[in-house]
Amino acid sequence: MNRRGFWGDVVRYRIILLMLAPAVLYYLLFAYVPMGGIILAFKHYDYAGGVFGSPWNGLDNIRFFFESGDAWRVTRNTVLYNAAFIVVNNALQIMAAIFLFEVGGKWFRKLMQSALFLPYFISWVVVGSIAYNLLNYNIGTVNVWLKGMGFEPVDIYNTPSYWPFILVLIAAWKVLGYGTVMYLAAITGIDTEMYEAAEIDGANIFQRVMKVTLPNLYPTIIILVLLAIGNIFRGDFGMFYNLVGNNGVLFAATDVIDTFVFRSLLMTNEIGMSAAVGAYQSVLGFVTILLVNYAVRRHDKDRALF
Amino acid sequence: MSASEIRLDQNLTKAVGQQTDRRLFAAIGYVVLAILAIVCLFPFLLIISSSLTKESVIAIEGFQLFPTAFSLEAYGILFQYPEQMIRAYAVTISVTLLGTITGLLLTAMTAYCLSRKDFKWRNAFSFYFFFTTLFNGGLVPWYLLMVNYLHLKDTMLALIMPMLFNVFYIVVMKSFMSQVPEAIVESAKLDGAGDFLIFIRLIVPLSKPALATIGLFLALGYWNDWYHALLFVSDEKLMPLQYYLYKMLGNLDGMRKAMAESGAVMTTNMPTESLKMAMTIVACGPILIAYPFIQKYFVQGLTIGAVKG
Repeated sequence: MNRRGFWGDVVRYRIILLMLAPAVLYYLLFAYVPMGGIILAFKHYDYAGGVFGSPWNGLDNIRFFFESGDAWRVTRNTVLYNAAFIVVNNALQIMAAIFLFEVGGKWFRKLMQSALFLPYFISWVVVGSIAYNLLNYNIGTVNVWLKGMGFEPVDIYNTPSYWPFILVLIAAWKVLGYGTVMYLAAITGIDTEMYEAAEIDGANIFQRVMKVTLPNLYPTIIILVLLAIGNIFRGDFGMFYNLVGNNGVLFAATDVIDTFVFRSLLMTNEIGMSAAVGAYQSVLGFVTILLVNYAVRRHDKDRALF
Repeated sequence: MSASEIRLDQNLTKAVGQQTDRRLFAAIGYVVLAILAIVCLFPFLLIISSSLTKESVIAIEGFQLFPTAFSLEAYGILFQYPEQMIRAYAVTISVTLLGTITGLLLTAMTAYCLSRKDFKWRNAFSFYFFFTTLFNGGLVPWYLLMVNYLHLKDTMLALIMPMLFNVFYIVVMKSFMSQVPEAIVESAKLDGAGDFLIFIRLIVPLSKPALATIGLFLALGYWNDWYHALLFVSDEKLMPLQYYLYKMLGNLDGMRKAMAESGAVMTTNMPTESLKMAMTIVACGPILIAYPFIQKYFVQGLTIGAVKG
């Protein structure tokens, strides 16, 4: 008997469907069901009522978020930090990858790559401990050095204006090796005949890097940058929370959407409002990704996400 | 001079010019890479050195790149009353082992189904998974689901479940498995092997490199996780290592109290700063030790991912 149609396929693929079932149920429960929880953004949450029984309050949550001034601050910080990360991280990673490809013997390259990749492997908590070691007012290494050179120590943990630089530096430090490996893979994929042709034409190594390596990297750069732009409304909670924590003095310069949602949920217990901010972030992120994908699709159809 | 001689001459000058440029470029490259490598490594030296410095000296001189007064007192304290640390290690190791093994098996199984070219609905299912990376309900509904509806607060499942699956890992694994020649699967089918048997007997052994890479990514994620403990764990017995370090950095007094409860005698001159640094080393020590051996698998994983992105 050879059944056809939908149920025929179900029977034919029954083992595959069974093997897929754990993942399908997992994402149903932990991803799709919470999507329905977005209704909380329009409710006044109370513990007795829960998700379904709490009363509706329309746009009050989101209005409160915007009228408090928090919306502008956390959105601006999230976007500006991510923009700075994209520029600085990619520039450093591309530079490191080009040098790693061109310079030194096998041994030197391996050693350098291992050194650059190491920070990727530690947790943000450990990075927080390192930052404490460097930046503490009384005993921090930076201040020890400043004092050693005859300068006044600086109270970094109480001065917001230093933090954009500190956070950009630490973020670059943490992912330098990861990005370098990605770009190095792309450079290694470039056809060596192109290099040889450039050399025969008399190009020196600087010209070769500018005229052969970089143009060949553009597709990779564009894709990685666009993907990063797709996530521009997502703050790296682990980084901000472990470096800044709940130090309110710094919030003007360091608070991002993710840290704000976390605090609203678990510290001030404004559940409806934090759900609204989370939904605001999700929707903004979703629209951005659609736009980015449209841009990628126009640029290079094969690279589009969907 | 004949024309060919002139050309030869020009080529020679060009070649000499290329040679000097090459040297200049190499010099810049060595310097830049060396600086970057030092910047990447020196915080680790700082932590190690600080953990080995006498507390009284840290209080006066601050943290130093090289210990000015060598002392093992911080490690002494940690290992003198190690109950909490051992418990945190046990939690982290259990979560990492359980999560990695289960996650790896499920990721491979899922990826295999999506890699089967004769499976009609594979694109629909791929999109079903992929969509969750584009849109989500945000932290709050998920948190309430975990805590109020699934009652996972203060359970080990709360530390395992959230990282069991990752769409990126499924995609990487799938693109690796797609390279297995279809003919192999077809001939196994002709021999009467079922889909599950093909997966276990054929695909898993052929996918060892991808399994090693994704397994290590999963293990690193579980080892370094503190976030889910921050959200879901308040019971001290369930604190994983990184969260224990986090607590200790933020609240050493509380930790001292816990140590006192577990039998440590409170001493007024108990080290604090060097103790934080020693705990940091203890928390990332196994990774630093394993790093030289596991690094290449991560490079491999990124390269597989980069091809199919």
